[in-house]
Amino acid sequence: MTILQFFLWSLLKVVVVTVVMLLGVAYTVLLERKLVGRIQNRWGPNRVGPFGLLQPLVDGAKSFMKEDLIPAGVYRPLYLLAPILALGCALISIGVVPFGEPKIGPGGLDLFEISNVNIGLLVILGITSFGVYGIALAGWSSNNKYSLLGSLRSSAQLVSYELALGLSLVGVVMQTGSFNLRTIVEKQAEKGIATWNIFGGMQFLAFFIYLMAAFAETNRSPFDLPEAESELTGGYHTEYSSMKFAMFFMAEYANMINVGCVATLLFLGGWTSPLGNLIPPPQNIFVHALMPIFWFVAKVFAFLCLYVWVRGTLPRFRYDQLMQFGWRVLLPLAILNIVGTSLWLAYR
Amino acid sequence: MHVILFVVFAGFCLGGAINLLLQSHPINSALSLIVVMSSLAVLYLLLGAEFLAAAQMIVYAGAIMVLFTFVVMLLNAGREERTLGSRAAGIIGFPAVVALLAVLATVLLRTRDLGTAALSQGITSTEELSTVLFTKLLLPFEVTSVLILIAILGAVALARHGNGDSGGNQERTEAK
Repeated sequence: MTILQFFLWSLLKVVVVTVVMLLGVAYTVLLERKLVGRIQNRWGPNRVGPFGLLQPLVDGAKSFMKEDLIPAGVYRPLYLLAPILALGCALISIGVVPFGEPKIGPGGLDLFEISNVNIGLLVILGITSFGVYGIALAGWSSNNKYSLLGSLRSSAQLVSYELALGLSLVGVVMQTGSFNLRTIVEKQAEKGIATWNIFGGMQFLAFFIYLMAAFAETNRSPFDLPEAESELTGGYHTEYSSMKFAMFFMAEYANMINVGCVATLLFLGGWTSPLGNLIPPPQNIFVHALMPIFWFVAKVFAFLCLYVWVRGTLPRFRYDQLMQFGWRVLLPLAILNIVGTSLWLAYR
Repeated sequence: MHVILFVVFAGFCLGGAINLLLQSHPINSALSLIVVMSSLAVLYLLLGAEFLAAAQMIVYAGAIMVLFTFVVMLLNAGREERTLGSRAAGIIGFPAVVALLAVLATVLLRTRDLGTAALSQGITSTEELSTVLFTKLLLPFEVTSVLILIAILGAVALARHGNGDSGGNQERTEAK
């Protein structure tokens, strides 16, 4: 493959994945409103289009047409940079996520992954750790006490939980012996659900830690203290309006999808079916290409439903409870999990 | 391709470093430092040190700099005052810089063969790195961890100093 072909294919993949991701974000918002509505015994949005399916498009149009206010006291360069940073970081990490069978395109091309990086997992963690800046700078540059409090909370929370998040993944990496996301998935495919890391790999404790840390990392309820509306009016995005607010909003949901993708790849067997390699791959090339995508999307979808379910059910934690839980429960548990996994790997 | 990337990111690195010194607002300086560190990560990647690049991103650009910005935000540090520079800096500083550069330049020019560092001469896998780290360099590695432990103890001792045994301070220390 020449360099031009490579460039064009990459560009195509980036465009398609970004568009799908943004659509996914828009419809995750709808999913959340619908599901939370049902949990609270009401209908949720149902006026625009059949079952309210066109609601995200209308919401987007509304955000675009609203007046774009910039308050007088803000520190302008960073105020404008912050939402871009937040959304950018949220959209980049999908670039290393594999979501389908490898080498299926023309000429053995990886059609279902933008780039196959040897240290994919570390890249995702690195980009996630950059996402903090969007929120931190938004709060600081807004020149508003609620924003500042929200962003301070958020920075402390993200730094604390990043540790538990990273450590919870070490067990999986040790078992696979690789940071490559493809290798991690292929290792789990052997006997289907029996070799998924969460069941056969005995990493359910790690999954629990990852789940908790992920809720905190994405600022989602029950750890949504950075934007606790009852005490901080809106937290770090109080001073943002129209499309800039929408960018923070999209970043939050894109992060949810990213976290779901990572959970799927590391614990739930990625794009492989629950039977994995036990059944031979289908003969038809289209079925062979599309089935993995179906499984991947189904798993991420289930994860997003869990997110919404938790949001509709659990009340918000207090801030000191959040910090105690992170440092006194999750971190020791994560270290324990690493020790346990290494012992198991050494003596089995 | 690699040379282009090298030039671009080395440029970013130098630009960020100069901007870091010129900016009068602490948060701008902190952000420039982030630019420097992330472009350094890309340079590591170009040299084939994948793991080092990722660690640079996660630890330095991601965690340590967040604490920097956190502190800047928390203290709400104001703008630096522009001064014309102290007289001592003018008298001693500039000649010192010139002397240092002169020494460096002569040493560099004297050496005929400086050796070469090839860009992207294969990739050092995490496995190789950890093998070296846990066999050949085990003692320095462990000694470094003791050093870090001492730093943690020092931080805890400083944070506890003068506050008696009030429970609330412990969390704050841990959060740092």
